[in-house]
Amino acid sequence: MNLVQEIIAENKNQAVPKYTAKDFSSDQDVRWCPGCGDYSILAQVQRVMPELGIPKHNLVFISGIGCSSRFPYYMDTYGFHGIHGRAPAIATGLKVARPDLTVWVATGDGDGLSIGGNHLIHVCRRNVDLKILLFNNQIYGLTKGQYSPTSEYGKVTKSTPFGSVDSPFNPTLLALGAESSFVARTLDRDPKHMQYVIRRAAEHKGTAFIEIYQNCNVFNDGAFFTFTEKESKDENVLFLEHGKPMVFGKQKDKGIKLEGFTPTVVSLTDGKYSVNDLMVHNEKDTMLSFILARMSSFPNLPRPVGVFYQMQRPIYDVEMERQLQLIREKKGVGNLETLLNHGETWIIQ
Amino acid sequence: MAKVLENLDEVTIRFAGDSGDGMQLTGTQFTSTTALMGNDLSTLPDYPAEIRAPAGTLFGVSGFQIHFGSTEINTPGDTCDVLVAMNPAALKVNLRSLRDGGIIIANTDGFDAKNLKLAGYDKNPLENGLTEQFQVFPVAITKLTDLALADMNLSTKLVERSKNFFALGMMYWMFSRPIEPTERWIDDKFKKSPELIEANKRVLKAGYAFGETTEIFAVRYEVKPASLQPGKYRSITGNEAVAWGLIAASVKSGLELFLGTYPITPASDILHELSKHKNFNIKTFQAEDEIAGVTSAIGASYGGALAVTTTSGPGMALKTEGIGLALMLELPLIIVDVQRGGPSTGLPTKTEQADLLQAVYGRNSEAPVPVIAASTPADCFNMAFEAARIAIKYMTPVILLTDGYLANGAEPWLIPQVSSLPNICPTFVTNPEGFQPYSRDEKTLSRPWAIPGTPGLEHRIGGLEKQHITGNVNYEPENHEFMVKMRQNKVDGIADDIPLATVEGDEKGDLLVVGWGGTYGAIRTAVEAKRREGKSVSHLHIKHLNPFPKNLGEILYNFKNVLVAEINLGQLVKMIRSKYLVPALSYNRVLGLPFKASDLEQEIDKIV
Repeated sequence: MNLVQEIIAENKNQAVPKYTAKDFSSDQDVRWCPGCGDYSILAQVQRVMPELGIPKHNLVFISGIGCSSRFPYYMDTYGFHGIHGRAPAIATGLKVARPDLTVWVATGDGDGLSIGGNHLIHVCRRNVDLKILLFNNQIYGLTKGQYSPTSEYGKVTKSTPFGSVDSPFNPTLLALGAESSFVARTLDRDPKHMQYVIRRAAEHKGTAFIEIYQNCNVFNDGAFFTFTEKESKDENVLFLEHGKPMVFGKQKDKGIKLEGFTPTVVSLTDGKYSVNDLMVHNEKDTMLSFILARMSSFPNLPRPVGVFYQMQRPIYDVEMERQLQLIREKKGVGNLETLLNHGETWIIQ
Repeated sequence: MAKVLENLDEVTIRFAGDSGDGMQLTGTQFTSTTALMGNDLSTLPDYPAEIRAPAGTLFGVSGFQIHFGSTEINTPGDTCDVLVAMNPAALKVNLRSLRDGGIIIANTDGFDAKNLKLAGYDKNPLENGLTEQFQVFPVAITKLTDLALADMNLSTKLVERSKNFFALGMMYWMFSRPIEPTERWIDDKFKKSPELIEANKRVLKAGYAFGETTEIFAVRYEVKPASLQPGKYRSITGNEAVAWGLIAASVKSGLELFLGTYPITPASDILHELSKHKNFNIKTFQAEDEIAGVTSAIGASYGGALAVTTTSGPGMALKTEGIGLALMLELPLIIVDVQRGGPSTGLPTKTEQADLLQAVYGRNSEAPVPVIAASTPADCFNMAFEAARIAIKYMTPVILLTDGYLANGAEPWLIPQVSSLPNICPTFVTNPEGFQPYSRDEKTLSRPWAIPGTPGLEHRIGGLEKQHITGNVNYEPENHEFMVKMRQNKVDGIADDIPLATVEGDEKGDLLVVGWGGTYGAIRTAVEAKRREGKSVSHLHIKHLNPFPKNLGEILYNFKNVLVAEINLGQLVKMIRSKYLVPALSYNRVLGLPFKASDLEQEIDKIV
């Protein structure tokens, strides 16, 4: 047993204390702008953590650079504030070296999709057991207001005073395309929903990707208000529930029906259609997940939130451990003396 | 016919052919057998960046040079005595490295009209003029191989592929080497195909028999064993030695080895080698890019692994920010830079020493990182181990510089006793009482290694400036200056913990030739030659480049002249001039090849 394994073994059977959300709040002052959507994300994560039954010392939050990436400083767990875009790679190294730990990544649309896009897609592809919170506010906040890879075409910002001619990424669709085994979307102003999605991500084994619509009240205020505010939310958001027909609207009077491959909005009150005609959500259906993720491109369709996709498949860090164990069983634990002396050698008298 | 047996002290042979002719394999087999014979030796594989360049072209020529002898051998040889050329292109490219009177063994079957034209020959050089300057032995290697395999019904392609064993067999005969070691190797390598075992062995024997029985070779040579230090030896390349040195450090430190890396020539073989030995609990992670290579290693180090990233020049450039993060976090990390010809993509398969300033200075802001360099292929083992020792003891990234020549070159290695390797003793803090992430050990100035999974030590680290002791984010001007100096002092202090520099030759004199890295053998050879002529010249090879050994200045001041010899345009010389204010001279070649000892000898003659 090596030194690290000794530390793990020593603390393995300790009872997990009964935590409250407050136990996950660090002694550092939170420095986000007043009114920032990040506060809600922090609060919901801190609220869900006690439910997971994981001792604080086995939890690690890793981030890159940007407003979202200050997140680890405010969690009273192990925390690692990395460099721009690289959190998924740092987290992969840690998780592969230490599969006993529970590792979360906090990133943003600039950090995760621009400078760190490569790492994000590859971590999803490998299915490393990491939980990724992508704070999407469609703007660069920490550098004070340039357009981001999720900003809409035509966006006027400091760096695009005449409007952006850049087309945006759809983070959920990107994560699905990159083969993430758990993909979800939630809203900073819907605490209950966010807690549900975070809980689901925590339960998932493998890469869990959550896109969180997060309001930057300084540089991009109201970007998601259509989906988050009381007066418009019900008519514009489709809450996905596994095994349930896709109904939305304040009066639950509308639904989504598939015409060919195209989802369309139908009324449930004009006598033409009933809930039996609607699409039924199935988290295990990869084809469906792509159709749902693509709905964001059509302004006439409601925006789906919830768990788009969840599937179990081989997990990189688990597979690596398994392989090492098999090799040890087959070849025996490595011996340095044997290694240095194997193959062709000769003796000089 | 009786053949003459001639005794030689040392010989240099170069095998050259198309990239697909198997010249590297031929060379490494000849090397293994020669090592088993007890000769000292040094090798230089010289191959193109293209995997299978178009057959017969000049740029597709692949070569392997071996210098071996009954005397001390330190370089792969300035010129060769024997050139085995499988086609006209191989002859043309390598003829300039053949000494006057040297031997050419040419595969006449490769000298057809098409290949002659591709190599730019109007007439067949084997029949025109070469014989005046060299001893030319034309052999129809392909036809003879074909004959040896006539009854086996093999495809032309397979026959064609075996012909290098014919050349190898001939050379074994010519230099009085046994064929058995290669036969054993063939048995193992082709164990899944009895047909290939039979074919390759037959061709090997046919080549040997051809040398023995035909009349074209009148002379056979013998090179007696060298008087090496007694003990058990093996042949080792620099990349293997780096991998094994890291494994040794993992065993001796009780830390799991984690390699985060991205394939790059000429460093990839370290990844391949470590991937073979996973029963040592080695985790090799082939990342999506160079940046993920270094940052995944940082993540693993944070978790308590002995973390390594390996690369070459272009990858070093990409890892720069990651290395800065590691030094800010003060986590152990080993960065191996197998230097190649640059800048940019440069000469991927050639050697150079031009990443020194990048390693020592190439980061934003004040970012001190210890830098060490290996001087021979086998020394890569010691220096990889040393990199781990410094990284763990001082909680710092360490850059180990090797180069393409060391990486692929091989030499006999006196296998160390495992018990003689020092223990490396990492300590993980476990007591939460009074724990402060950026408190420091009084002597080493290193901070505690506190790994996730330890109850009560939950803390946050990152790339932002740290407050002294607490490690909290801190923007105060005085604290920043204090921390900048602290990080510098920590690295400077390592000078107290590394061996003093030692001069080979006299401690005082007219000229000190200073080198670092893979030029050790060439400088040693040149300086020894001049000392035998009675010149007052000594050699100093620096292995620790940041910080320098404490006695370096003192040594420099004892010589009238200092000449810094490097495969770059003068990098170590800049560091030496600026630190010690000596008017050091500079000798530089950047051919993508190792130094020639003879060139350096001429340079020494100009000074003393």
